[in-house]
Amino acid sequence: MSRFLALLSREVRLAVRHGTDTLAAVLFFVLAASQFPFAVGPEPEVLGHIAPGVVWVTALLAALLPLDRLFGADYEDGSLDLLLLSGLPVTALAAGKALAHWLVTGLPLLVAAAPVAVMLRMSPAGLPALLAGLFFGTIVLSLLGTTGAALVLGARRGGVLLPLLILPLMAPVLIFGVAAAGAVAGGTSPQPYLLLLAAMCAGALPLCPLAAAAGLRGALS
Amino acid sequence: MLEGEGLAVIRGERLVFAGVSFALAPGGALLLTGPNGAGKSTLLRVLAGLLRPVAGTVRWAGEDALADLPEHALRLCYVGHQDAVKPGLTVAENLRFWGGPEAIARALAAVDLSPLADLPARMLSAGQRRRLALSRLLMRDAPLWLLDEPTTGLDSASVERLGGLLAAHRASGGMVVAATHLPLPMGDTGSLQLKGGAVVR
Repeated sequence: MSRFLALLSREVRLAVRHGTDTLAAVLFFVLAASQFPFAVGPEPEVLGHIAPGVVWVTALLAALLPLDRLFGADYEDGSLDLLLLSGLPVTALAAGKALAHWLVTGLPLLVAAAPVAVMLRMSPAGLPALLAGLFFGTIVLSLLGTTGAALVLGARRGGVLLPLLILPLMAPVLIFGVAAAGAVAGGTSPQPYLLLLAAMCAGALPLCPLAAAAGLRGALS
Repeated sequence: MLEGEGLAVIRGERLVFAGVSFALAPGGALLLTGPNGAGKSTLLRVLAGLLRPVAGTVRWAGEDALADLPEHALRLCYVGHQDAVKPGLTVAENLRFWGGPEAIARALAAVDLSPLADLPARMLSAGQRRRLALSRLLMRDAPLWLLDEPTTGLDSASVERLGGLLAAHRASGGMVVAATHLPLPMGDTGSLQLKGGAVVR
């Protein structure tokens, strides 16, 4: 357990030291979302209607940005060998990397999502459902993203391959996440959608680290 | 204590080496020599458990070492040909993952990097980065040291200091396997010459 915490603190310390990389994802999210009023016009009804979808898609794309450095940086400078030899099981290493990605990317995106949604004139009533959905959504994305990053490790142009691999897998999460926020606007309960998102999260939690561990072993041999 | 038997590795459909066998007793050292591409680094990665051999076994105290990799990882300390130094962190912070402040101070003193402890690692020269990589050997009480060209970039004083560390490690029952082109400051060592596909002993 102390090894796992040491890994987490290492990842967070590196993220803080390379602050621009970390902030880039959040700034990309805010900037990309703020293009929509320019593109579709400033009518509050139109914007408020598409706001949940815009927040979800831009948050998804923003969270993909730092993924190819997740293992890539450690792979290139030899640190990954040492992490694998630290006595942590490879599965725990992958889980730690996914948790670190969520802490330094998912969580800031979640914090930024509320002001962005308000900026897009989304009705405040739908905000809790949107954020609850994004909470599960960003966790699933961190887990799937870690798996994808481990799989493309060492491949040429892995950074381009990564979104192609992950975005199709994220489609169900996106559908239910936007539906949860839409349900509130339509006057029904978002609970079934949120429960489905939680179920996907519960499924990805044990499976993705296992798959990522297999990918890491493969990349290094 | 550490034994390899009939080890063979194939990478990218090329046989790197086959039939490599050796035995290493506590306090012993083994030098891997051979031309570039003979598989010295590959053999070190096999011994570290980073690479699966297609044939042969690695045994630790008579038992299959590669059966429980996290357990095997705790027995060894691996310094690869890359330094694995993060330029954004300070010299001391680069070692934080491996232990507490006292262990870091001791390890940095052993490689004469203490005055630079709070300097960002990007300011280090190539030889200083190598010394920082080597200081990880002292962060953990591992009986087996696997060194890939440990003296690359080191000045003669640092090579001598490394010799002292190796001698102390072996005197306390530790083992060293090193791949090298340059002579290492060590006493009696076994040697294993790899020659691309075949092994000359």
